[in-house]
Amino acid sequence: MSNELEPLADPGLPEHIHRKADTDPIAAKRAERQVAVLFSLSAVGTLLFIFSYFFVDQDQFIFIPVMGSTNAHQLGIGIGMAMSLLFIGFGAVHWAKTLMPDQEVIAYRHEMRSEDSDREDFVKAAKAGAETAGLGRRPLIKRALAAAAGLAGLPAILLLRDLGPLPGNALNETSWKSGTRLVTDPGDRPIKASDLEVGGVAQVMPELPVGQKRTLENIAKDAVLLIRLRPTEFQLDAERLSWTHEGIIAFSKICSHMGCAVALYEQTTKHLLCPCHQSTFDVTRAAKVIFGPAARPLPQLAITVDSEGYLIAKQPFTEAVGPSFWERKS
Amino acid sequence: MSARERVAANVANYVDERTGAASWMKKNLQKVFPDHWSFMLGEIALYSFLILLLSGTFLTFWFDPSMRHVVYEGSYQPLKEVEMSAAYASTLHISFDVRGGLLMRQIHHWAALIFMAAIVVHLLRVFFTGAFRKPREFNWILGIALLTLGIVEGFLGYSLPDDLLSGTGIRIAHAIIQSIPVVGTYLSFFAFGGAFPGEVFIPRIYIVHVLLLPGIFLALITVHLMLVWYQKHTQYPGPGRTEKNVVGYPLMPVYMAKAGGFFFIVFGITAFLGAVASINPIWLYGPYTPGQISAGSQPDWYMGWLDGLVRMAPPIETYLFGYTVSWNILIPGLIIPGIIFTGMALYPFIESWITGDKKEHHLLDRPRNVPNRTALGAMSLTFMLVALINGGNDIIATHFDLTINQIMWFSRIGIIVLPPLAFVITKRICLSLQRADRELVLHGKETGRLVMLPHGEFIEVHEELSAAKKYTLTQHQQPAAIALVKEDARGVLNPKGIRAKLQARFSAANAENIAKPTPDELKQLEGGHH
Repeated sequence: MSNELEPLADPGLPEHIHRKADTDPIAAKRAERQVAVLFSLSAVGTLLFIFSYFFVDQDQFIFIPVMGSTNAHQLGIGIGMAMSLLFIGFGAVHWAKTLMPDQEVIAYRHEMRSEDSDREDFVKAAKAGAETAGLGRRPLIKRALAAAAGLAGLPAILLLRDLGPLPGNALNETSWKSGTRLVTDPGDRPIKASDLEVGGVAQVMPELPVGQKRTLENIAKDAVLLIRLRPTEFQLDAERLSWTHEGIIAFSKICSHMGCAVALYEQTTKHLLCPCHQSTFDVTRAAKVIFGPAARPLPQLAITVDSEGYLIAKQPFTEAVGPSFWERKS
Repeated sequence: MSARERVAANVANYVDERTGAASWMKKNLQKVFPDHWSFMLGEIALYSFLILLLSGTFLTFWFDPSMRHVVYEGSYQPLKEVEMSAAYASTLHISFDVRGGLLMRQIHHWAALIFMAAIVVHLLRVFFTGAFRKPREFNWILGIALLTLGIVEGFLGYSLPDDLLSGTGIRIAHAIIQSIPVVGTYLSFFAFGGAFPGEVFIPRIYIVHVLLLPGIFLALITVHLMLVWYQKHTQYPGPGRTEKNVVGYPLMPVYMAKAGGFFFIVFGITAFLGAVASINPIWLYGPYTPGQISAGSQPDWYMGWLDGLVRMAPPIETYLFGYTVSWNILIPGLIIPGIIFTGMALYPFIESWITGDKKEHHLLDRPRNVPNRTALGAMSLTFMLVALINGGNDIIATHFDLTINQIMWFSRIGIIVLPPLAFVITKRICLSLQRADRELVLHGKETGRLVMLPHGEFIEVHEELSAAKKYTLTQHQQPAAIALVKEDARGVLNPKGIRAKLQARFSAANAENIAKPTPDELKQLEGGHH
C-alpha cells in the first residue's frame, strides 16, 4: 500500500526472466526426457514392490549397512512403494517447474464485506422474516419454544447414563480382607517370610477363592509390592512398624499420583520410583514422597503370618489405593 | 475437431447442462496462488491426513477393537500362548502375518507424527507472519480446533493396540479425568464403563478414532480450505504485491501439477520412513496389565509437553470438608492446557484490541517488524519446549548421565524464568534486525571492498540495494500507539479506565519499533551522500 508517507514507491513486479527450456527447444526436450525418466523410475518401484510381495519370504533377513539385519520382505515392499510414489511426485513437480508456464500472473482482490445495498437488503429481509413469523409479537410462543428446546436436549444427555455404573464405593475397596493370603504374581503360590531375602522385592496379589479368575480391574487395585529390609532400617511409628513382618513391608504398587505401576526399586537407597512421572517414595519411612509430583505416600498394607506361616493381610487397606479422586477421604 | 475432443466436449456439455459448472470452473481453474515454501506446510498436513485415511482404512480390515481375552497363536514366537486382548493380538497379526501390514502400521504412525508436526509448524508460520489477522480470524480458530482434535486423535490412535505402553497412557488419561472436582469419579466410570480398565474402552475409543473424529476433521478441513479459497491466499510483501492483488501461478496447470506431485512426495517419504524406520514396536512391550510397566514410558511428542508439565508439577493436594482436589494433576493436566488453547484461539482478537487495527490484511508481516508478537511466540515456544524436555527427562537423564532431579529442577525453574527471557531476547533481536534493515536501505550492502581515497582515507564500498529490495524492506506500516484518554474535554473520567490503561500500555509496547527511513532521509542520500 503506497501512500504519501511511504519512503519508496512500489517499483512493480520485476521483469520476468525466461528459463532455458522456454527459449531453447533442446533444453525443453531434455526436460521432457527427464520427466519421462522420473515417471519410469516410479514404475520400477512398483515392480520392486510386486517382486518383494510375491517372491521374498516374510522371514528372510538381509544385512544392510547402517540398518543392520533387516527383514527383506518388509524392506522390499516398503522401498518399492516409496519409489513408486516418490518418483510420480518428483516427475510432476519437475514437469511443472521446467515446462509449465512460470510467469507470475496477477489477480485482484475485493474487500470481504458485501456492498452496502446488499447489507441493507439483507437486514430488511431478515427483519421482514422475523416480523412475519411474529416471534417478537408473541412472547408466549417464544418462551414456550425456548423451554421446549432446552428440555429436548435432556434425553440426549440422559441416554448416556448407561455408559457405566455409578462409582459407589468401588474406588475405596480392594480384594484385600483380613486374613487374605499373599500369593506370588505370576504363579499364585502362597509365600512365607523366608521366601524373601533381605533386600529382595516381590510382586504379590491377594489369593482368590478357587475357581475365581483375576481380572484386570482386580490387578489395577490389588497389586502389592513386598520389600524386605533389616528391621532396624525402618523409621516408622509403632503402628506402622506393627504392620510389617520380620522386616517385610507391603505397599500398594499402584502409584498414588496417576495409577502407574511403581515398579522401580533401588536397593541401595531403598527408594521406589514410578517410571511415569518419577515420583519417588522412601520405603524406610512408609513410602513418604521424597521427590516428584505425587502428593501422598503409597498406601501400606498391614501384614502378618497365619498359623501355617504364610504371609497374610492383617486387615484391608485403610485408605483408597491409586490416584486421588474428589470423594477420597484423606 | 478430433474424436477425442468431441468426447470431451460431449462429457463437459452433459455435466454443465445439469450443474452449470462451467462458469464456476472457468474462473477457478485460473485461480491464482502465491508461491512460497512456507505455504507448503499446511499442504503437508492435508496430505498426511489423506495418507492417514488410506492407511487407517487398510488397518481396520484386520484390527479387532475388542478387549476379549484370547491366547496368542500367531507367528511371533516370544508371545506364543500368552493371554492378551483381541486388540493386541490382532495388532500382532497385522504386524507379522499380514503382508504389508507392518509397513502400513508404520506408515500410519509416521503419518500421524508428520500430520501433527506439519500442523504445528503451519500454525507457527501463520502466527509469526500475522496471517491470522482480519479477515482470517475464523480460519485461525478452525486451525486451533484441528490442532486440539489432532492431539486427541493421535492419543486415541496409539492407545488402540492395548500394549503395555499405550495402556499406561490410558491409565494416566483416566487419572486426569478422575481428578476433575465433583464429577471426575462419575465421568471416569461412565467413560470406562466401570472401574479401570474395564472391557469397553478399546471399542469406544475405536469408534471415536475411526469415525467420529475423522468425520469432524473432514468437515473442519473442508471449511478451512473453502475459506482459504474464498478469501484468497495471503502473500509475502514485495514489489508488485499489494493488499489489493494476489500474485502467483494459476491453479491449472501449475498448481495442480505441483500440489498433486507434492502429495505423492509426502506419501513417498512417509512410505520410506515406514519401510526403514521402526516405530512403536508394540510386540516388544507386551500386552497391557495394570500391575506392570516398562521403564522409559514416553508418549508421542505432541503429548510429551503435557506429560512434562505433569512430571514437574509440585506435589500439592488439598483436602477440604472430606473432599480431595489434586492440584498436582489439575493444574498441569487441565488448567494450563486450557489456558494455552483458549489463549491461542483468542489471540487474533486480543492483538486487534491492542493495536486498534480493524483493517483487512492480505500482505504478511516480516516477523521482525512486529517485535512484540514475535517475542510472544518465542516465549510460548520456550514454555512448550521446556515442558517437552521435561517430558523426556528419564530418557535425557540416561543419555546424558544426569540425574532426574537435576532435569526436574531445571524444568521447574526454567519454565518460569526462560519464557520471559526468551521474550526480551527475541524482542531485542527483532529491533536489531529492524536497525540492520534501516542501515541496508540507507547505506547499502557491505561489499568487503576497501578503497583508498586520493587523500589517503580508507573506506569500504557499500553497494546500493535494488529498488525492489529497498521497497520490500520499507513497505511495512508502523502504526502509532493508541493514546490513553484519561478524561474527555469536559473532564469526565474515561469509563473504561482500567481497560483503556491496559490497552494503552500494551499498545505502547507493541508500537516500539525502529523508525524506518523517511522519504527525506532517502532523498538526502540520492543527493550524493557517500
